[in-house]
Amino acid sequence: MSDGLHLGEEDLVLHYYGEVGAPAVAEHLAACQKCRAEWDALRAALDAVRADAEEPAAPDVERVWSRLRPGLEAARRRRAWPRAVLPPLAAAAALLLAFQLGRHWPGTAPPPSAAPSAADAGGRERILLVAVGDHLERTQMLLVELTNAPGTRARDIGPEQQQAEELVSASRLYRQAAVQAGEPGMASVLDEIERVLVEVARGPETLQPAALAQLQKRIESRGLLFKVRVLESRMRREQKKEAPLSGASVS
Amino acid sequence: MADAEADIQAVARVRSGEVAAFRVLVERHSRAVHRLAYRMTGNAHDAEDVVQETFLRAFKRLDDFEERAQFGSWLHRIGANCAYDLLRSRSRERARRFEPEGEDAVPIEQTVPSDAPGPERLVAGAELRRRVDAAMERMSALERAAFTLRHLEGRTIAEIGEALGLDASAAKQSIFRAVRKVRAALGGAAAWTERAGA
Repeated sequence: MSDGLHLGEEDLVLHYYGEVGAPAVAEHLAACQKCRAEWDALRAALDAVRADAEEPAAPDVERVWSRLRPGLEAARRRRAWPRAVLPPLAAAAALLLAFQLGRHWPGTAPPPSAAPSAADAGGRERILLVAVGDHLERTQMLLVELTNAPGTRARDIGPEQQQAEELVSASRLYRQAAVQAGEPGMASVLDEIERVLVEVARGPETLQPAALAQLQKRIESRGLLFKVRVLESRMRREQKKEAPLSGASVS
Repeated sequence: MADAEADIQAVARVRSGEVAAFRVLVERHSRAVHRLAYRMTGNAHDAEDVVQETFLRAFKRLDDFEERAQFGSWLHRIGANCAYDLLRSRSRERARRFEPEGEDAVPIEQTVPSDAPGPERLVAGAELRRRVDAAMERMSALERAAFTLRHLEGRTIAEIGEALGLDASAAKQSIFRAVRKVRAALGGAAAWTERAGA
C-alpha cells in the first residue's frame, strides 16, 4: 500500500499490468527517484519471468482426439434421452398416474370426468407404468453412480447434473399426481428423491471430496436407494398385472 | 472473423449430433489450451490431462455456449478452471502427505543463494528457470493460477476472477502475493533496487 509519499508495491504491480486503480502512478514515477528505482526492480523481475516462460511443444492432435473420442461418445449417449421428449412424456404419464392410482388403490381421488374407454385406459396405463418405472430406474442409476463415486478427488458431475435436472421436473409431476391420488407414501418418497435431485442439479459442477461425501451420506442415511428400488419394483409389478389385460383389449 | 465462423459452424454441427465435428474445435484450439495448461501446471503430463478434461467439459456444456461469445475465450475459461482444479487436488495430496507448500514451505531465501547474480545475467539461463520454478512451487494453487493467467496469459483481473470464481479483490491479492514470491526468488527487492539504481 502507498504510504502517501511513495507508491506501494501493489500500486506498481497494477501499473505493470496496466490495470486501472493507480492512475497517478506514471506521474509519480516520473517525479520520484525512490519509487522509480523500485519500479525498475519490479519490472526487471517480472520481465525476466516472462522471458523465461517456455513455449511448450504443440500437442499431438491425433492423440488428443483419440483419447477424447470415447468420452465424447459416452457423454452423447447420456444425453440420448432428448430433453424435448422427456417433459411431455412425464406430463402425460403424470396425468395417467393420477388415474391409475385412483383405480388401483381404493379411497383415492376420483378418476377424470372424461373417463377413457377400457381399451384406451389399458394402453395408457401400460405407457404410464413403463414411464414411471423407467423414471425410477434412471433415478436409481443416478443415485448409484453418485454413491459409488470415489471420494479421493474433486469430481466433475456435469453429466449427473444434467440428468438430475431432467429427472427433477418429471419427479415433481409424479409426486403431484401421487398427492392427488391420495398416495402419501409414494408422494413422500418422490419428495425425498426430488430434494436430492435438486441439490445435485443446482449445486456446483465440480464436487469437492467433502461435499461428495456429504451427499453420499445423505443418500445413504435416508435409505433413498432402497426406497426407490421398492417403489420401482411396485410399479413393475403393476406393469406385469396390466400387461395381460392390455393384451386382451388389443386382440 | 472466418475463424469465429468456423467455430460457430462446428459448434452447430456438434449440437445437431455430429460428434466428429468436435474434432474441428480440438484441432483449432488444442494448442492454446495445452499452452495454458502447461503454464499453469508446470509439466507436460498434467497439461495433457487438463487438455482432455477441458475439451470433455466443453463438450458436455456446449449448450451453455452463446454464439455471440468467442469460443476460444469460453474454452480458455474452462481450461483455466480445469487446471486450477488439478492444482488444488495436487495441493490437497501434498497436504495429506504432510508436504509443506505455500507459506509453510521452506523460505525461498533458503533455497536461493543470496549472493547469486542479478536478473540481467540470469535471463534465459538455467539458474533463472530454477528460481522461477521455485517461486511457482511455493505459490498456493490460487496464487499460481491467478499469476499465470495475469502474467503469462495476459488476462485481466476481471477475467481471472470469472475463470476462478473469485471477486476482483481476491484475484488481485493472489497476484500480489505471487509477485512477492517471484521477487523473493529472484534475489529480493533490496538487491533489485540496488542493481536498478547502480
